[in-house]
Amino acid sequence: MAAYIARRIGQALLVIWLAYTLVFLAVQLLPNDPVTIFLSADAAADPATIAAMKAQYGYDQPLIVQYFSQLAGLFTGDFGYSLASGQPVAERIGAVVGSTLVLASSAFVTAVVFAVGLVASATLARKTWLKRLVINLPPLFAAVPVFWLGLVLLQLLSIQLGIMSLFPDGSFASIAVPVLVLAIHVSAPIAQVLLKSVDNVHAQPFVDVLRAKGASPSWIFFRHTLKNAAAPAMTISGITVGTLLAGSVITETVFARSGLGQVVLQSVTAQDVALVQGLVLLTATAFVVVNLVVDLLYPLLDPRILKSGTHGAPRALVA
Amino acid sequence: MSTIDSAPALLDIRGLSITYGHGDEAVVAADHLDLALKPGEIVALVGESGSGKSTLSKAIIGLLPQSARVLDGSIDLAGENLLDMPAKELESIRGRRIGMVPQDPGASLDPVKTVGSQISEVFRLHQQGRKRSKAQLRAEVIRLLELVGIDTPEQRIGQYPHELSGGLKQRVLIAIAFALEPELLIADEPTSALDVTVQQTILEVFTKLARELGTAVIFVTHDLAVATDIADRIVVMQHGRIREDRPVREILRAPEDPYTRMLLTEATASGDESRTTGDARGSEVPAIEVTGLKRIFGSGKTERAAVDEVSFAVRPGTTFSLVGESGSGKSTTARIIMRLLEPTAGIVKIHGQDVTHVRGAAKRELWRSLQLVYQNPDSALDPRYSVSRIISEPLGNYKVGSKTERKVRVAELLDAVNLPSRMAALDAKELSGGQRQRVAIARALALGAKTLVLDEALSALDVLTQAQILALLEDLQVNQGLSYLFISHDLHVVERISHDVGVMRQGRLVEVGAAAQVLNNPASEYTRLLLDSNPGALLREMATN
Repeated sequence: MAAYIARRIGQALLVIWLAYTLVFLAVQLLPNDPVTIFLSADAAADPATIAAMKAQYGYDQPLIVQYFSQLAGLFTGDFGYSLASGQPVAERIGAVVGSTLVLASSAFVTAVVFAVGLVASATLARKTWLKRLVINLPPLFAAVPVFWLGLVLLQLLSIQLGIMSLFPDGSFASIAVPVLVLAIHVSAPIAQVLLKSVDNVHAQPFVDVLRAKGASPSWIFFRHTLKNAAAPAMTISGITVGTLLAGSVITETVFARSGLGQVVLQSVTAQDVALVQGLVLLTATAFVVVNLVVDLLYPLLDPRILKSGTHGAPRALVA
Repeated sequence: MSTIDSAPALLDIRGLSITYGHGDEAVVAADHLDLALKPGEIVALVGESGSGKSTLSKAIIGLLPQSARVLDGSIDLAGENLLDMPAKELESIRGRRIGMVPQDPGASLDPVKTVGSQISEVFRLHQQGRKRSKAQLRAEVIRLLELVGIDTPEQRIGQYPHELSGGLKQRVLIAIAFALEPELLIADEPTSALDVTVQQTILEVFTKLARELGTAVIFVTHDLAVATDIADRIVVMQHGRIREDRPVREILRAPEDPYTRMLLTEATASGDESRTTGDARGSEVPAIEVTGLKRIFGSGKTERAAVDEVSFAVRPGTTFSLVGESGSGKSTTARIIMRLLEPTAGIVKIHGQDVTHVRGAAKRELWRSLQLVYQNPDSALDPRYSVSRIISEPLGNYKVGSKTERKVRVAELLDAVNLPSRMAALDAKELSGGQRQRVAIARALALGAKTLVLDEALSALDVLTQAQILALLEDLQVNQGLSYLFISHDLHVVERISHDVGVMRQGRLVEVGAAAQVLNNPASEYTRLLLDSNPGALLREMATN
C-alpha cells in the first residue's frame, strides 16, 4: 500500500513539473518576451521602460536562470508578479480562488448526486418508457452549452419572473442557479460512464447468483453494483476537473460572479503573460491533485488493484 | 426408492413453452415441457448447447433474460405456481426454498466483497437472518465453510474471491446455495469450468450434502459421464424438447430415443486401436522436438518455473497430446513452441530446424509451416469479417497468390474442412461453434502448415460437435500428413486422438509414452489420479458389460 501511494505521489509531482516546463517553453515560443508583449498595448512604449520592467521582473536573465529561479519560486508559493497590477500572482489568484472553489466543488457534488440518482432510476425503473427517457437525459445534458443554459435561466428567472437578481446578492437562488447550471453539464459524462459500467456489471454472472439468493434489484444495485461500477465513473470524474474549471469561468462571467473567471478574462485581455502562466499552472495542479485522489481511492473500492502490483490502477475505457 | 415414489411432487412443470425474441425471428427454447421432481430426487438435464436445458433451469428459478417470453405452462413448487407469483414473493422463495449453484465460479462471486459477507448475505436477505446477531452470523458462516470442506474458515471469511482458487470459490458458492437448506437446487454446469481432479471433489461434496439434507437437485450438464455419476434420473433434451426421461441405469442399458443413443455412443467411444499402437516412423525427423525446455516467470520471491525441463518429440503424421490441469504449463509450452514466448532455457526444433531463437523474417517463415488453433473459436475470429476474408487473411499477410488464386484456395480449404462453399460469404458471427472451429482450422492450414498446435481446440464444443471435429482432424492427418500437438484436459478426447501422450504437472512432464500405455497402464501416481478422477465410472462399467 505504501509503495502504491508513494508511486502515485511521485508520478503526480512529475506531471506538475512537466506542466511547468511546457508552459515555460510555450512562453519562450511567443514572438516577444512577456514585458514587450504586455507593453505593446501602448502605442509607443519607451525602450527604457521596457528594459527597466524586464530587469524588475527578472526577464533579462539568461533563460536557464529564469527557468530554475521560477521553478524554485513554485516551492515557496512565489508565482511571479502580475505585469498589469504589479501584485504577486499568488495574491491575485488567492483573492478569488475561494469563490471559484465553492462554485466548482458544490457543482461537482451536485453533479455526482445527479449522476448516481439518474443511473439508479434508470436501472430500477419498472416502466420501460421511464427507463428510456432517463437514459436519454445525459446526452442532452452534454449537448446543452453552459453559457446558453445560464443565459436562458437568467432571462427566465430574473427578467421574466423576477424571482432572482441579475447580480449575485447572496440569496439562495443566486448561488443555487449557477451551481445547477454547471452541475448539469458536468453530470452528463459521469452519468453516461456510470450507466455503461452498471450495464457491464449487470451482465456478470455474480449478479445472477445474487438474484438467486433472493436479493431485490435495489439491494443488488446499492450494495453490489455501485461499488463494482464506480471505478470508471471515478476516472471520468477526475477528468471532468477540466470541464469544471472551464465551466466555472463561463458561469462566473454569465452570472457576474467574482472568481477565477474574471481573472482569466482580464489577464488574457491585458496580455498579462505572467498571470496567465500562473493560472495555467494552477489548473494543471488542480487536475493532477484530483486525479491523484482518484488513484488513491481505487484500492478502497477494489481489493484486486493492489495485487496487480506494477500494473497500477485500471483505467477503464471511457468509450 | 419406495419412499420417494410415494411422495407428492415437489416440482411440477406442465406444458412450459418459452421463446426468445418476437414475431418471425422468435426462437423456441422450450416446447411444451413436462417435468416432475420428487423431494430429494437428483435429476440430470443433459443436452447440447441450445437444447433448452439452461432455459428450463433458469425459468424455474426465475432468472430468464429479458428477451425470453413464457408463452404457456406452469411451474408448481409444492403446489404454488411460480409463474403467477409477484416479484416480492419470488424473492423470498429464491435462496430460501430454491437455490442455485452457478456455472462459472470465477465470475460468480462479487469481486469487491469478502467471502464471509457474501455467505452471511443469504441470512440477512431472508427472515431467519434478521434475528441473528453478528457473532451468530459469523458462527453460521464458519459452520457452512466447514460443511463444504474448506480448511481454516476463520481466515477465509475475510478474504476476497480473487484470493481463492476456482475449486474453493465453487465450494463457497455451494455453501451459499445450501445455507438455508432449500428444498430444490438448480446446478447449472457447476463443474464444467474446473479441472478434472477438482471436479471430482466438488461433485462429491455437492452430492453428499444434497443426499444428507434431502435436497432435490436439477443438475444441468452437457457431460453425460458426470450426469450418470451423480443422478437418479436423466432427462435428455434436444431442440427445446425432452427426448427421454428415465432412471440412469435404464437409460444406459436400453436407450429408447435415437438421439440419446447417439450421445451415449459418443460418450463411450474409445480410440481407434490402429492409431494407438503407433507405426514405425520413428526414424523420421520429428515434426516438433523440444529438449530441456524451461520458462521462469517472476523473480526473487515470486519466481516460479511454469515449464521445467520438458523434453518430448512429435513424430511426423501423428498426434502428441499434452494433458494436465490448468496451471500445469501446457499452454506455456505451446506458446514457446509457437515462438510467442521466449524460453528461459532449452531448444525447440520444428521439422528438424532449430527455431528456439528465430526472429524477424525467419519467425514469419516458421509460421508458414507451424500454426495454432485456439480454444475459443468465438474470440479467435473477428465477428465482423466474412469467412472468406478470415481464411484468406494469412494469404494476404504473406502476399501469396493473386486475388483469384486466393479465392480458389479459400474454396479448397472450405472443402477440406467440410464446409459448404456458400459459407464463404457469411460473417463469423452467423456460424455455430463447430463451424467456427472449422473456419479456424482452415485458416491455420491456409499457408500449407504441416504441423498444428491445437490448444484446447475442442473444449468449448459439445460432445457431438467434438466428435465431428475429431473426425475432421483425423481425416486431415491421413490425407495431408499433418502432425498435431494436441493440448487438452479432457482425457476422453485425448484417448481418441492421440498416438503419444505426455502428462504435465506443475511445469514438469511426469510421464510420456504411447497413448495406449500411458492411459491403460500409467506408470506415475499422478496419471492414475487423473484417470480415476475422470467422470463416467458407471458409463464405463455399462459400456464394458
